[in-house]
Amino acid sequence: MKNSVLKRIISFYVEGFKNMTIGKTLWLIILVKLFIMFVILKIFFFPNYLGKFDEPAEKQEYILNEFIQRSNNL
Amino acid sequence: MIAEIDISLIDWSRAQFALTAIYHWLFVPLTLGLGIVQAIMETIYYKTGDEFWKKTAKFWMKIFGINFAIGVATGLILEFEFGTNWSNYSWFVGDIFGAPLAIEGVVAFFMEATFIAVMYFGWNKVSKGFHLTSTWLTIVGATISAFWILVANAWMQHPAGMHFNPDTVRNEMDSFWAVALSPVAINKFFHTVLSGWIIGGMVVAGISSWYLLKKRETKFALASIKVGVTFGLIACLLSMWTGDGSAMQVAEKQPMKLAAMEALYEGDNGVNLVGVGILNPSKKEYNDDKDPFLFKIDVPIPKFLSYLSFGKFNAYVPGIKDIIDGGYTTSDGSIALSALEKMRRGKLAVAALANYSLAKADSALFERRADSIKNAATAAESFAITSDGDTILLTSTELFAAKKADVYTRIAESRKQLNDNIKYFGYGYIKEPSDLIPPVALTFYAFRIMIILGGFLFLLFAISAYFSYKNKFETKRWLQWICLISILLAIIAGQAGWVVAEVGRQPWAIQDMLPTSAAISRLATSSVQITFFIFLALFTVLLIAELKIMINAIKKGPQINEQKN
Repeated sequence: MKNSVLKRIISFYVEGFKNMTIGKTLWLIILVKLFIMFVILKIFFFPNYLGKFDEPAEKQEYILNEFIQRSNNL
Repeated sequence: MIAEIDISLIDWSRAQFALTAIYHWLFVPLTLGLGIVQAIMETIYYKTGDEFWKKTAKFWMKIFGINFAIGVATGLILEFEFGTNWSNYSWFVGDIFGAPLAIEGVVAFFMEATFIAVMYFGWNKVSKGFHLTSTWLTIVGATISAFWILVANAWMQHPAGMHFNPDTVRNEMDSFWAVALSPVAINKFFHTVLSGWIIGGMVVAGISSWYLLKKRETKFALASIKVGVTFGLIACLLSMWTGDGSAMQVAEKQPMKLAAMEALYEGDNGVNLVGVGILNPSKKEYNDDKDPFLFKIDVPIPKFLSYLSFGKFNAYVPGIKDIIDGGYTTSDGSIALSALEKMRRGKLAVAALANYSLAKADSALFERRADSIKNAATAAESFAITSDGDTILLTSTELFAAKKADVYTRIAESRKQLNDNIKYFGYGYIKEPSDLIPPVALTFYAFRIMIILGGFLFLLFAISAYFSYKNKFETKRWLQWICLISILLAIIAGQAGWVVAEVGRQPWAIQDMLPTSAAISRLATSSVQITFFIFLALFTVLLIAELKIMINAIKKGPQINEQKN
């Protein structure tokens, strides 16, 4: 019973994707875009700035100093 | 010594965020607006069983799908930028953003991803009722997603439902509902979503008008126009109502933004609303005596700005100079502080944070060394300290106790000083009072563009609806041309609204709590410039792709055999 429902859901999606026309182009664009975003931009251009600190306490310390120094440097 | 943050870094970081947000906002409103239009059309099909409406709905779903596919995930780039370019800000907002964005992610993924598949793949495979429900749930999901993003944005305009924790250096949520149901969030949600509906209605009317100009798909175009302009007209009316609510929120919570929107330098009771005007470019200082306008015409309802802002025709609306100088009575009856006083209090808050962290570090040291110091006290050594000019001899145990008490007093005092002044924390980073003034010209003109185009679109929808219901739209080629061109005008109106909201609140990343100068990461300006131009190139390519695919789909048309139908 469960298998039958699962099969129907899978076949619903498979058939849907097979019968796409313009959708295939759109999916290609989506995949290229996601690749550019996550594999190129995120890794090479958008690292987590606070990721250089291992511990939350180090991040906290860094931010604390930033907030104090930026006010003092005015 | 840490170097000062370069102004160009702030500007480039803001430009990059603005570029990404503007691009993202090309797609979102069309998704929100077109989603409702297609759902209405499918509802007509469900009610009437007329295949014509099924094909009509399917065509608009195709346009919706192209827009959705090109726009999907562009909002994630904004989140990348939070982590890289705005790391101080990201840390500072703490879990306030975490909850709404997490809900947004889950809702977006499960509701949209599930029901959008049924919407596209489910024709003739699921029942008509289930398909219609899925279509509605797709757009409901998208709208709920928008709600949570707008909740996060509204919190930046009016921080609520949280407290600042100096131990973690971040804001922590006190009340989820105070954040989610803040009046600013509710108003922003409706006003923003309605602007999307207006764009959706205009896109439907504009594309359909193109078919009429080309003398093809006539029945489809006229039927679509009737739905599109009715929907757009209702959205315009509701948008005026929510815009009125927005004005009141801004007047109360962001008076400087309101003053910039009106280029109002000197406040008064019973202030008129500027209809159109040209600003005087030679006015450089907020406190010089030059007239801010070369030319202006007020809206012909006397004292309208006072009424829109506070619901009273004689209400006092502070100008930029008043907000800087302080001393006027605010809407809640308190006396407004001057910018200099707020800056002083902000400095006190930042100093209190520094003192608090030092005192906490000392207390941690005491706690770690407590046992060893107490053991050493058995040696009964004596220490001399001076208090009020007297020399007192203390044992090391007594000295330890005194120092420890002193540390805890410092903690309590700095905490109190921080709590007393936390409301002005962000002012601790303001160099000059004039830094609190947003770009007046950009805010003023963007506001006029939004209002004038909004009024124009209202009239256009009303006239189009009149001719549409009188069955005369087909012969009005001038109106068809205007509808086609007005697609662009509706998009510009929506973007102008965001410019008012975001430029008008400068210099704040979070109103009164954190200016952009303290919110940005310490990056090289050149690296931000590089990513700015990468985005510009990427977005341009994607936009060209969208337009090309969309124009092809429009040229192909709904392929309805109109004679048969």
